This record gives sequence, structure tokens and C-alpha cells, in this order.
Amino acid sequence: MSTNVSPVLTEEVSANPVKRLNRGRLTFRRFLRNKTAVVGAAGILFLVLLAVVGPYMLYWRFDDIDPNAFLSPPDSAHLLGTTQAGRDVLALTARGLGKSLLIGFLVAILSTSISAMVGASAAYLGGWYERSMLWIIDLLLVVPSFFLIAIVSRSAPDGDTSWLLLVVLLAAFAWPLSARVVRSLTLSIREREYVLAAKFMGLGAFRIILRHILPNASSLLIIDATLGVGYAILSETGLSYFGFGVHAPDTSLGTLIGEGARMATTYPWVFLGPATVLVFLVLCVNAVGDGLRDALDPNSASGGQA
Amino acid sequence: MLRYIGKRLLNYLVLLYVAVSLTWILAATQLNPRGLFALRQPPVPESTIDAQLSLYNLNDKVPLAERYWTWLVGVLQGNWGYSPLGVSVNDEISSRMWVSLRLLLIGTIIGIVVGVAIGAWTATRQYRISDRMLTFLSLLIISTPAFVIGHLTQIGATWFNNSTGTRTFEFIGESGDVGGYPLAWLVDRAQHLLLPTLVLIVLGAASMSRIQRNLMLDSLGADYVRTARAKGLPQRRAVMKHALRTALIPTGTYVAFSVATMFVGATFTERIFNFPGIGQYSIDTITYRDVNGVVAVTAFAGVCVLVGAVLSDILVAILDPRVRLQ
Repeated sequence: MSTNVSPVLTEEVSANPVKRLNRGRLTFRRFLRNKTAVVGAAGILFLVLLAVVGPYMLYWRFDDIDPNAFLSPPDSAHLLGTTQAGRDVLALTARGLGKSLLIGFLVAILSTSISAMVGASAAYLGGWYERSMLWIIDLLLVVPSFFLIAIVSRSAPDGDTSWLLLVVLLAAFAWPLSARVVRSLTLSIREREYVLAAKFMGLGAFRIILRHILPNASSLLIIDATLGVGYAILSETGLSYFGFGVHAPDTSLGTLIGEGARMATTYPWVFLGPATVLVFLVLCVNAVGDGLRDALDPNSASGGQA
Repeated sequence: MLRYIGKRLLNYLVLLYVAVSLTWILAATQLNPRGLFALRQPPVPESTIDAQLSLYNLNDKVPLAERYWTWLVGVLQGNWGYSPLGVSVNDEISSRMWVSLRLLLIGTIIGIVVGVAIGAWTATRQYRISDRMLTFLSLLIISTPAFVIGHLTQIGATWFNNSTGTRTFEFIGESGDVGGYPLAWLVDRAQHLLLPTLVLIVLGAASMSRIQRNLMLDSLGADYVRTARAKGLPQRRAVMKHALRTALIPTGTYVAFSVATMFVGATFTERIFNFPGIGQYSIDTITYRDVNGVVAVTAFAGVCVLVGAVLSDILVAILDPRVRLQ
């Protein structure tokens, strides 16, 4: 594989020495070659647009009630049909999608940050700190997080900000597994020359972790954050489906699916609209995650050339 | 070996104790069983509520430490307590366990076998049309939550029943109207099991095939498979004896884990198809503020996870000669 490519590469480099193929560009090129991942990225972009711009562009607003259409199947007036209360399913879905996306991205960023900091610091500092962190990780892996989040979010006070509590809870239980992976990666990084050099120059532990260790674990962290979005959305919708996660005045894809599911066999469109959007969203996120994994992995053969 | 297992087991037991205790504290402070009586008509006098709650060690007026001690002593004697309405948690768990097992045994095992077969097969055909289609299909199924798949099969089954005017598919509960012919109960049970089992097989096979495909790709590219080919072994034998066998070692540990956690793994499937199993119970206990029930389910799930972990530790040590225990 490499023998085919290297002459082309060297030509490019010598012809235009300013335009070197750096790591970011290489990753981007390999990502673009994976058609599923590109379609997934376009899909996410489309859904984000739908959630952000949709409420202003769509004819019906999520709280509009159409007295002429209760539980009406999809037609030209209501593209995805209406609910029992005469609300437009498409408008509701766009609104629920926004909350689910927001929760998904926030949880992924939060949990990846925690796992990066805990994993790297545990490996770098070692000693009793590492042992106690590993023990906490084991503990969090044993407890069934789904029940615990359900218990806390069930008794959480209703209000406009109650979904923020859900974000914190989901992130609090999502980090342990990847923290372990970050730790084992850091164990090898901390022995490298540049880390030792930074250490002997007198840099503090926090700075070394932030500036020298984590950038070298970045491909893992990027993949982890991407797949974390899918995981967080699935957890949130699962909890909300049972009526635990996002509470009544607020809405997410999970609460919409939960409501639609009660009459799914007789009036399927109330269920099918948000369910299709949810599956499409998670599919796109997973496709992008897979594409990133292939593009960032130097040993991967599935990226094609270069 | 025994020393190693014993050490792991002791560590796991301590973990389990702490995890269950934390869950108890969380449930006892957050679930507020008193709220169950708040909406009763006519209103229940406070003294009656207190008496009822105290009877089952749920009264929030008793100090937390005292309640914890009462609960712990009960658990050590094998009694996991009662729901706020006086139903024994032990009875619930022991009867629901078998419902879950009946539902999940077939689906889990077939799902694993199908998944391993598909994963290994697609790995040998990497990047061909069949591989791409099956890989995409498994990605699609993994991205679909269990509750969406469950309701989709119900919609499909209703549509089929209506359009044919029969009752081929049954999907509510464990059993329904039993016909008058011999072995009718068996047919009835099988009818009710069909759809949830199908859902479990599809879900299990999808995730298993992805894992197995990656493992198989790794071992197909390994030097010893090329050596086997080079010394003249036919492709088929090299794949089956050299690649697949090594690729099955990590699968074995995964299987041990998923069989052990089977009891609690199907909350959504049980709920949608209305099987009164452990998964359904876990949701009900939280909805009906059943502190002792929640804690018992957590402990049950924790034991399952730990049994799975110990089983896979042992399995790895037995199957993989590279693992040496000092």
C-alpha cells in the first residue's frame, strides 16, 4: 500500500513545500474517503439545523393546537400527523430533537473531560491516588447506573433547568470505562522523552498532563467523545421513555416516543416520527464515530491510501 | 489459581457491599415512600402512615443510620425487606427471576450464536457486498434503541394480524387464551415468546457480530494464519482451526458476562411485551417508591455482573495459555 503512494506524496511535497500534509489534513482526507461517515456528518448537520432553525421555519409551533385535526394521520397540513391533543408531530419532534442533541453533546463533552483528567492524572501521579481512583471506577462500573439515575431524576424538582441535573447525572456515570483506557494509554506516554524533559524543566503535574499528555491521547478522546454522544442520547431517551429523565413540561425525543408508544399499534405515526429521527440521529453519530476511528488510527487499513 | 480467584472474589464482595449500601442511602433519601399516601382519598391520618412505614422500616422520621442498621441486619439474615404496601421483596425477586430466565434464555443464546457466525463470516469477506450490507445492518440495529425495535415489531405484528384476520402474533404477557386442543398451552406460550425472543436475537446478534468481526479481522491478519496457509493448509481449515479458534477466546469472556447479566438485561423488552420479570420490576419499584425493592434489584444486578466478571476471569485463564497467574 505505502509503495504505491509515497512517490505521489513526495512529488506533492517537493512541488509545493508549504503545503505539507499535516496530521489534521491527513485525517480529514481519510475521513472524506469513508462515504458512510461523510453521509453521517451531513445527517448530523441537517438534524442540528432542523432543531435550531426548524421552530422558526415550520408552519406549526410545538404548542399550537389544531382543533380540526386530533390524531390525524400524516397529510399535507401535518407532514407527520398530529397527537391526541391536536399538536403537530413534526414541530414537537424538532423541539424534542433540540433537547436530546443538547443533552447528548453536553454529556459527551463533560464525561470525556472527566475521563481524560481522571485517567491521565491517575496514571501520571500513581500511588494511593491512582489506587483510589481505580477503585472508584470499579465501583461505578458495578452499580447499575440506569436505576440510580432514574431514582435521582424521578425525585428531582420539576422546572426549566431540571434537564441540567440529568446532564450531570449521565456524565457522572459515563466516564469510568474510558478513564481506564486513558489511564493505560498514559502509562506509556508518561515514559516518553518529551514528558520527562518537561518534568525535569520543572513543569507542574497539571501542566504536563494538559499540555503534553492529553494532546497525545487526543485521537482516543475524539473517538470517545463522538461515541459518547450516541451513548448519552440513547441513555437519555431510554430514561425519558420510562418517564424518568426529562420531565413533563420539557420534552425530548424519549418523552415523545414514550407518549407515542402507548398507542403505537393503533396510531403509529405519533411514535414513528420521533422514533425515526432518533434512529437516524444515533446512526449518523455512530457512522461518524466509526469513520473517525478509521481515519485517526495509523494502523487502520480501512482508510484506504495515505 | 484458587488464590487468584479468591483474591478477586474478596475484592468484588467489598465492591458489591459498598455499591449496594450507597444505593440504599440514595433510595432511602430520594424516593420518599410517604408520598405514596399523599394522594389517597379519603386522606390517611398521619399516625396510620407512620405506623405502616415504620412496620416496613421506611419511616423517614427514624434516623437514617438506625434504618440502615435494621435493613443490614435483615439482609444478613436473608430478608430483603418489604415494599411500602407490605409485599415481600424476596418473593417478588424469586418468582420474577424465573420469568426473566424463561424469556431470555433462548433469545440470548441464539443471539450470541448467530452474531458470532455472522461476524466471523463477514470478516472473511471483508469489503465485499455481503460484508458491507451486513455491517451496515448491524450498525443500524445497534443505533436503534430496544424500545423502538420492540414497538416496531408490535406495529408490524398488528398490521399482519389485521390484514390476515388471524391472531398469529401475540405480544402481551406470558400467556393468553389457551385453546382446547392437546398441548395448547405450549403453543400459546410459544406464541407469546416468539416476538420478544426475536427482538432479543436481533439485538444480541447485531452487537455480537460487530465484536466478532473485529476480533476475526485481527486474527485473520495474524502471522500464524499466514504460516498455516504457507505450510499448505487449505483456506477453510486455516480459517476455522487457526483464525476462528483464537478469535473465540475474547468472545468466551463476553459470553460469560452476557449470560450472567441476562436476568437484568432486558428491561425494555420485558416492559414492552409485558413480561413480569426482573427488568419490569426494577422500573416498577422506582415508580412506586419501593426503597427495599430498588436496593434488592440493584444487589441482584450487581451479583450478576460480578458472577459474570469472575466467570470471564476464570474462562480467560483457562482458554488463553498466554495468561499466567502467579
